[in-house]
Amino acid sequence: MEPFLWLLFSAGGVLSALLIPALLLLFGLAFPLGWVSPPDHAHLSAVLGQPVTRVVLLGLCVLALFHWAHRFRYTLYDGLQLKHLGRPINLFCYGAALAGSAVASYLLLAAW
Amino acid sequence: MTDRITLRVTRYRPESETEPTAQEYEIPLRKEWAILDGLNHIKDHLDGTLSYRWSCRMGVCGSCGMTVNGEPKLTCATFLEDYAPGPIRVEPLSNFPVVRDLVVDIGDFMRKLPQIKPWLIRSEQEPPAENEYPQLPAEREEYERFSMCINCMLCYAACPVYGLDQEFLGPAAIALAQRYNLDSRDQGASERMDVLSAAEGIWACTFVGECSAVCPKDVDPAGAIQRYKFTAAMESLKTLLLPRGAR
Repeated sequence: MEPFLWLLFSAGGVLSALLIPALLLLFGLAFPLGWVSPPDHAHLSAVLGQPVTRVVLLGLCVLALFHWAHRFRYTLYDGLQLKHLGRPINLFCYGAALAGSAVASYLLLAAW
Repeated sequence: MTDRITLRVTRYRPESETEPTAQEYEIPLRKEWAILDGLNHIKDHLDGTLSYRWSCRMGVCGSCGMTVNGEPKLTCATFLEDYAPGPIRVEPLSNFPVVRDLVVDIGDFMRKLPQIKPWLIRSEQEPPAENEYPQLPAEREEYERFSMCINCMLCYAACPVYGLDQEFLGPAAIALAQRYNLDSRDQGASERMDVLSAAEGIWACTFVGECSAVCPKDVDPAGAIQRYKFTAAMESLKTLLLPRGAR
């Protein structure tokens, strides 16, 4: 199981490091501060209307959540030295990532 | 500038003490003296009962690893002057049982080392036609960095995972396994896989990276471990997805 969890962690780390700073820079600074003229609502809506955009965003959400789960699990294991509580920690971390992935899927795919 | 410096050395004499204690020695501060020269001065002139390991004095033998001001260091390559005006704390390496004074027991590593089969493994036993296995410079570069390990144990002393769980195979052993796995003359990668990809192998590493930070030979064990994690994960994917014959 560990190799697959690590692959999710690894992929999540790479994807988050590539995409999240760019998204934050655009939507958190560049658009609100007027450095770049923001796309209008209709334009953004059309971009999000593309299934490809939503699948990419879902991939980013799911992998970022599993990246968090893996890292937080080891923070609890080694940082707080709670390795003896391995099973509940695993259930909490990966369970939360699964639940978050389900919510992201609902918001991005079903509720559109 | 003062020409003397104090070494605060951890002493532990199990026949008379239950706990380690610190003892201070004032020694000459000379520009060309390493910590090890200071210890040798103590041994020769001040206190012949001090115990520590050393041999080559040139960063090759890996015997003189100790904790200097809280950091794992080769004492032959760590200079007194860089810690002036002192005092300098000299303690045994962390994460190992102390035998006496600055001498630690590295038996745990010595038991783990043969498990990763640190030698060239060939599937056929016949010698090659030219009586040697040719290797291109590029092929040599693949593993050369990992072959620089001198087993000084600084990486084990620095590794927080090993500090918490001594079952962890550890940085130097995994880097040495990669030294052979990545050698074009070796065919034993599959024989090393079980030990390396066990829970106490690469997967116990959380990539803190201290092993590579303290390595005096620039081996980069953390890099070796991350690289093997990818190899092992791909092998696991293949086992899961491909039919038996295509693996």
